Amino acid sequence: MSVASRKAVGAGLTLLTGAAAALVVAMLAVILVDVVRGGAGRVSWEFLTSAPEEGMTAGGIFPAIYGTAVMTLLMTVAVMPVGVLTAVYLHEYAPPRSRMAALVRVAVTNLAGVPSIVFGLFGLGFFIQFAGGALDRALSPPGELHYGRPALLWAALTLAVLTLPVVIVATEEALRAVPREHRDASLALGATRSQTLARVVLPQALPGILTGAILAVARGAGEVAPILFTGVAYFLPELPGSVWSQFMHLGYHVYVLATQSPDVEATRPLLYATVFVLLALTFALNLVAIAIRTRTRRKAAAGH
Amino acid sequence: MAGTGEEAARPSPSMRRRQVREAAIQAVITLVALTGIAAVVLIFVFVAREALPIFTSPEVGKETDLARMFLPQAWRAGRPAFFSWQPVSDVPKYSMVPLFVGTLKVTAVAMLVSVPVGVAAALFTSEFAPRRLREVLKPTIELLAGIPSVVLGFFALIVLATVLQDTFGFTSRLNAVVAGIALALTVVPVIFTVSEDALTAVPRSYREASLALGATRWETAFKVVLPAAAPGVLAAVVLGFGRSIGETMIVLMASGNAAMTTFSFGDSVRTLPATIAAEMGEVVFGGAHYAVLFFIGVELFLFTFVLNTLAAAFVKRVVRRMAGTA
Amino acid sequence: MTSIPHPAASAAKMETRRLEIRYGAKAAVKDVSLTLPDRQVTALIGPSGCGKSTFLRALNRMNDLIPGSSASGEILLDGRSIYAGHLDAVELRRRVGMVFQKSNPFPKSIFENVAYGLRIGGLSDRRELGERIERSLRSAALWDEVKDRLAESAMGLSGGQQQRLCIARALAVEPEVLLMDEPASALDPIATAKIEDLIHELKVRYTIAIVTHNMQQAARVSDQTAFFYMGELVEVGPTEQIFTTPRQQRTEDYVTGKFG
Repeated sequence: MSVASRKAVGAGLTLLTGAAAALVVAMLAVILVDVVRGGAGRVSWEFLTSAPEEGMTAGGIFPAIYGTAVMTLLMTVAVMPVGVLTAVYLHEYAPPRSRMAALVRVAVTNLAGVPSIVFGLFGLGFFIQFAGGALDRALSPPGELHYGRPALLWAALTLAVLTLPVVIVATEEALRAVPREHRDASLALGATRSQTLARVVLPQALPGILTGAILAVARGAGEVAPILFTGVAYFLPELPGSVWSQFMHLGYHVYVLATQSPDVEATRPLLYATVFVLLALTFALNLVAIAIRTRTRRKAAAGH
Repeated sequence: MAGTGEEAARPSPSMRRRQVREAAIQAVITLVALTGIAAVVLIFVFVAREALPIFTSPEVGKETDLARMFLPQAWRAGRPAFFSWQPVSDVPKYSMVPLFVGTLKVTAVAMLVSVPVGVAAALFTSEFAPRRLREVLKPTIELLAGIPSVVLGFFALIVLATVLQDTFGFTSRLNAVVAGIALALTVVPVIFTVSEDALTAVPRSYREASLALGATRWETAFKVVLPAAAPGVLAAVVLGFGRSIGETMIVLMASGNAAMTTFSFGDSVRTLPATIAAEMGEVVFGGAHYAVLFFIGVELFLFTFVLNTLAAAFVKRVVRRMAGTA
Repeated sequence: MTSIPHPAASAAKMETRRLEIRYGAKAAVKDVSLTLPDRQVTALIGPSGCGKSTFLRALNRMNDLIPGSSASGEILLDGRSIYAGHLDAVELRRRVGMVFQKSNPFPKSIFENVAYGLRIGGLSDRRELGERIERSLRSAALWDEVKDRLAESAMGLSGGQQQRLCIARALAVEPEVLLMDEPASALDPIATAKIEDLIHELKVRYTIAIVTHNMQQAARVSDQTAFFYMGELVEVGPTEQIFTTPRQQRTEDYVTGKFG
């Protein structure tokens, strides 16, 4: 091939691959623009703070926001200790070439790939039927179901299992960024392994662990399939009173408005506004996480 | 100075306490780390447990069994045998085949779009884009992965379906193409991220050697970097495939949900995950329909388990290849 | 006139007997028997990869942290094995401190860096902490430079100051032995000179072992010098003798710069 034609092919390929990248970004932009145009104008203080009315063709989405927030909070409380300690085990405690560590890694990778609807089935089969059923047999009057039915807690725990890999991966990356020399310095001063962990390693890994928490929250707030059978409700006249109540959820609300509305035209503005709120929420969380991660990665790169 | 050897070799009480405490902490951490393994095992066990009546309960066995789920059935004497998913009917029919066909159709569309786009975008980002652009592109595309699937489903249902119908004139507004393209929006970030990681993992010395021999940048990218990272790119594709088989909300909202065994991409389809999501709310707990939906869950679990294992093996190969040269 | 110290006359603070350290199948230190005399400076010299750093790290069991490493032979502190039941690695490291090649202050304040070893030891009384920290910083000849900014991050100090901070941090827990692994290799000549002066002052109270690549440094700071080659201890003796009249040809070749 001549130099000129090689150059031409090069330019062509750069253009072609560049177009692919541009296409992805463009799709993202189209979605954002559509949602913002359709929804931003409808979002008002009243919309955010009032309940749906008239068969969801009017009113606001407060119960859905509240339900999403409480469920996500419960999920975070459940997943963070387990995720962080698992990462600590993998990176700080497991002996090299540990069989168990290898197995944990395989399990975590696979957990990340299990379809979200299967988590829903798991929540139904394990938390509600098995755990809830056992609680009912032990605590409830015969024939009554208090625990073996969809509830805020079961949904949160189901999502905690789903987001476990997110937390583990982010925490392990954060631990990896803590220089070996700091651990050595601490140990050489007569600190134990757990003192080194608590006083040197974890404080330095905190931004990365926070990133994991935020990503888990963003993921957990947006997932709908796992909560379909484990706790979410179509419409509730009251806010959930305890972790054993059902709850409304932004993502599910979007699904319901989009597919099961009796009057599509009437709900459309509400639908757009709800999507806008959900998207703004998850995007804000993701942006913060990406910002922290980029900063810590750069810092880690500079430190080496 | 100090006492006899015997006496002196004994640890002091405070040291003993400290060692016990450290051992306890280590035990707790190790125990917690087993949660991940337990989760995977429990997911399989408890999803499979609810599907078990298909094989053990005579009650459920009257309605369905493996043969009736996978082989064509002549539902009325004298009529040709066919596949049918019709769980709510006088004679409930639980053929998996229409669901498999639907899932594969949607996935085929999704992969056809997302593999070239995802890999090309990754190549561009790692090989051709200037550094500044790369630093913006990567997080931006990662942001796409942060959009909840229900939002993508909404977008497909409200906007994309209309645009595509106006362009191609589909008879059913919601169909395999609409769902597949919407699905591609979640698959692209997966393929992009994993491929991009594999491409950037190729040591700079490879590129320098190629460039030093007079190869141009694109020749280096396509003939040196891409082949070196090939197992990683393959892993990306496999992971994307697993993702698209298992995705629920998008297809539930955008595929039309008709369980038909046709090969036209313009028809409405129903996928495995969407079937679970749509029908679980209406089943009798413990009945045949309930068990069959859990059986679909087992299938999905196993498919993605195999795909993940495959992808992990590919990734391991890249790591080993790169480590051998570093 | 000052009297020349006589290493042989001094009691042994630490001692190894036929020490062998392996990484997997490979022996990094072979059959080394060496004595660190009380309150004297022992320099460990030799070409890269000769095992001198590995030997040093064995003395406070930092090698235990490296996967696949194992030690045989004996290591004694005050005549008792460091592997005996009365000690564990944590206890040992409080008595045998270490300063690393690359200064490694924690990303905390200057105060908290020096306080670290005291706090993990259970000391929390603010006043006592303050006194001990001042004393350690003075011992490390850093007090005057940092006394007005103890609350500032240690990462803002210069390289030489950071290394002296690490020395202060090690001194704060009042060890008996101080191990220094090329403590000045990353520093400029002025900062190096400060560290060397410091070593002179510290040996009044501490037994010191220092690994160095720099022959002049070994000659300037140490009382006793040990020459390592390929994992073996080739020769050990009073520093003056090693540098003027070594008994082994390989030692002479090394100290005169014929290889290394």
